[in-house]
Amino acid sequence: MADCDFDAIVVGAGCAGSVAAYELAKAGKSVLVVERGNSAGAKNMTGGRLYAHALKEVFPDCYTEAPFERRITHERISMMTPNSNMTIDFGSTEMEVAGQESYSVLRADFDPWLAGKAEDAGAEFIYGIAVESLLMEDGRVKGIKAGEDEITAEVVLLCDGVNSLLTEAAVGYKRPDASQIAVGIKQVIALPAGTIEDRVLAAEGDGAAWLFVGDCTRGRVGGGFMYTNKESISLGLVATISDVAAGPVPVYQMLEDFKNHPSVAPLIKGGKVVEHSGHMVPEGGLSMMPPLCADGVLIAGESAMMCLNLGYMVRGMDFAIAAGQHAGRTAAEALAAGDTSKVALASYQKALEENFVLKDLRQFSKFPHFMENCTRLFNEYPVLTRELMNGMFIVDGSPMKPLKQQGLAAVKNVGIFNLVGDAMKGMKAL
Amino acid sequence: MSHTKSTELTPITVNVDEYLGLNKYEVDEENPHIELVDEPEDKEFLKLIKVCPAALYKIDASGKKQFDYAGCLECGTCRIACGDSIIRKWEYPQPTMGIEYRYG
Ligand SMILES: Cc1cc2nc3c(=O)[nH]c(=O)nc-3n(C[C@H](O)[C@H](O)[C@H](O)COP(=O)(O)OP(=O)(O)OC[C@H]3O[C@@H](n4cnc5c(N)ncnc54)[C@H](O)[C@@H]3O)c2cc1C
Ligand code: SF4
Repeated sequence: MADCDFDAIVVGAGCAGSVAAYELAKAGKSVLVVERGNSAGAKNMTGGRLYAHALKEVFPDCYTEAPFERRITHERISMMTPNSNMTIDFGSTEMEVAGQESYSVLRADFDPWLAGKAEDAGAEFIYGIAVESLLMEDGRVKGIKAGEDEITAEVVLLCDGVNSLLTEAAVGYKRPDASQIAVGIKQVIALPAGTIEDRVLAAEGDGAAWLFVGDCTRGRVGGGFMYTNKESISLGLVATISDVAAGPVPVYQMLEDFKNHPSVAPLIKGGKVVEHSGHMVPEGGLSMMPPLCADGVLIAGESAMMCLNLGYMVRGMDFAIAAGQHAGRTAAEALAAGDTSKVALASYQKALEENFVLKDLRQFSKFPHFMENCTRLFNEYPVLTRELMNGMFIVDGSPMKPLKQQGLAAVKNVGIFNLVGDAMKGMKAL
Repeated sequence: MSHTKSTELTPITVNVDEYLGLNKYEVDEENPHIELVDEPEDKEFLKLIKVCPAALYKIDASGKKQFDYAGCLECGTCRIACGDSIIRKWEYPQPTMGIEYRYG
């Protein structure tokens, strides 16, 4: 295949794609990135908080260079019913140590910066056009078709995200089931920087990540999120597609009700919605991952379903960045050795096994199943929490019952065996 | 899953079209990138009403099913929900067309 147009073609200039292209270009390979957005990030949405460790591995100077919104110094998790909300608020100086910290990001700013890094290293970019199909020869990927153009390469890297229309042709991956994927909906709500800091009790330039469970999805499997940006708040929901489809409340109505909840409304009061977005989230974990390579092709990031949604934490960007880094390196090595067959590319999977990507996905591989089956987490447990807290905090002159008695009464409604059973299963899955 | 199946819809109080109006789009009037089958089944269409984050699947006052691809966020949710049933075609929009996030 000495007559290929490029050494490598990368589909998608998201987190995985731009990093993979950077690694290839840095290794001196000719690389073309095809991105369907008119600029990097134009089609992308995230929650979003980036755990910076993976980016730091690729770009040690990212702390001063990357367009981060705010450093996250407050972690909040909440359990809500329609009329109550119990929040845990955590902050520590350890969260601010280099390599352990995380930042809120907006993709329309972040992705062009990342693409710029690859471009500076020598990668070429085409924007505004989607790859429609893969060129195949004797069962091997040998290039792409985009519009009228057919472009060939020794190796193609699919970094086209959760809604990949190409993995089926590349590795025979069937469209995932509606129970394995969640729909994400989000609004960006503009507010002055000082107001944001005051409302989440953060120091200047710092911010909060806040995850919600319970009434935010009207009891369906999923959760709510809030991340503070410099001058806006990202507020949204993630809910399993099959479960939303089976319930009575549309996901956009859930978001509206969430915004009006007594513990969320004051947070966004006076803010102006500036964008309404939607994007999917893979939730099935390791069990829904496609094969990561085949002859002439590698798959990295969410096109390979690398994402972890634990309710108190959503991770996909750091996986995509690390997977892009290893996919790019493996491809460069295979090109140098003159062999981009499946066997030669298989060291990519090995690299991810030794890295946090597949280690963490394996560690939590039971969690998706637990979440799906533990619907009490979204309904009964928030109510239980409310009953306990009401009993503890409300004073109205009637004789107070001992806490133990109140607790037992509240637990009785859920069933002690359910509670203990769910707790044990949850511990195992985590 | 222990949830009971529901075919009921709660009352909708939100006007999502107003929010979509805040987004930036390059609408391709000529080429619908998503198409439904001719006679979409009620049960499947109801799923799309609930899962599309842009609320593009609607039943109008006369009971007619409506879908307008112009406000599409290109998320793929309808493809996952009903790709085997009533979604006949799901493609990305033509070059340079569709949603363009300014925040993301
Ligand atoms: C609501 C929500 C909240 C989330 N919260 C978090 C969070 O807080 N922290 C976190 O780490 N992760 C979070 N995630 C997950 C995270 O956003 C993803 O895991 C991450 O963006 C995946 O990166 P990627 O590079 O694999 O794919 P993407 O970033 O989606 O990039 C794929 C790229 O490919 C392009 N593309 C697709 N098809 C084609 C084609 N045919 N031709 C050309 N280009 C194409 C797209 O335009 C896009 O630029 C969240 C996701 C959602 C939806
Ligand atoms: S792709 Fe997403 S936004 Fe577009 S119609 Fe389908 S569900 Fe709605």
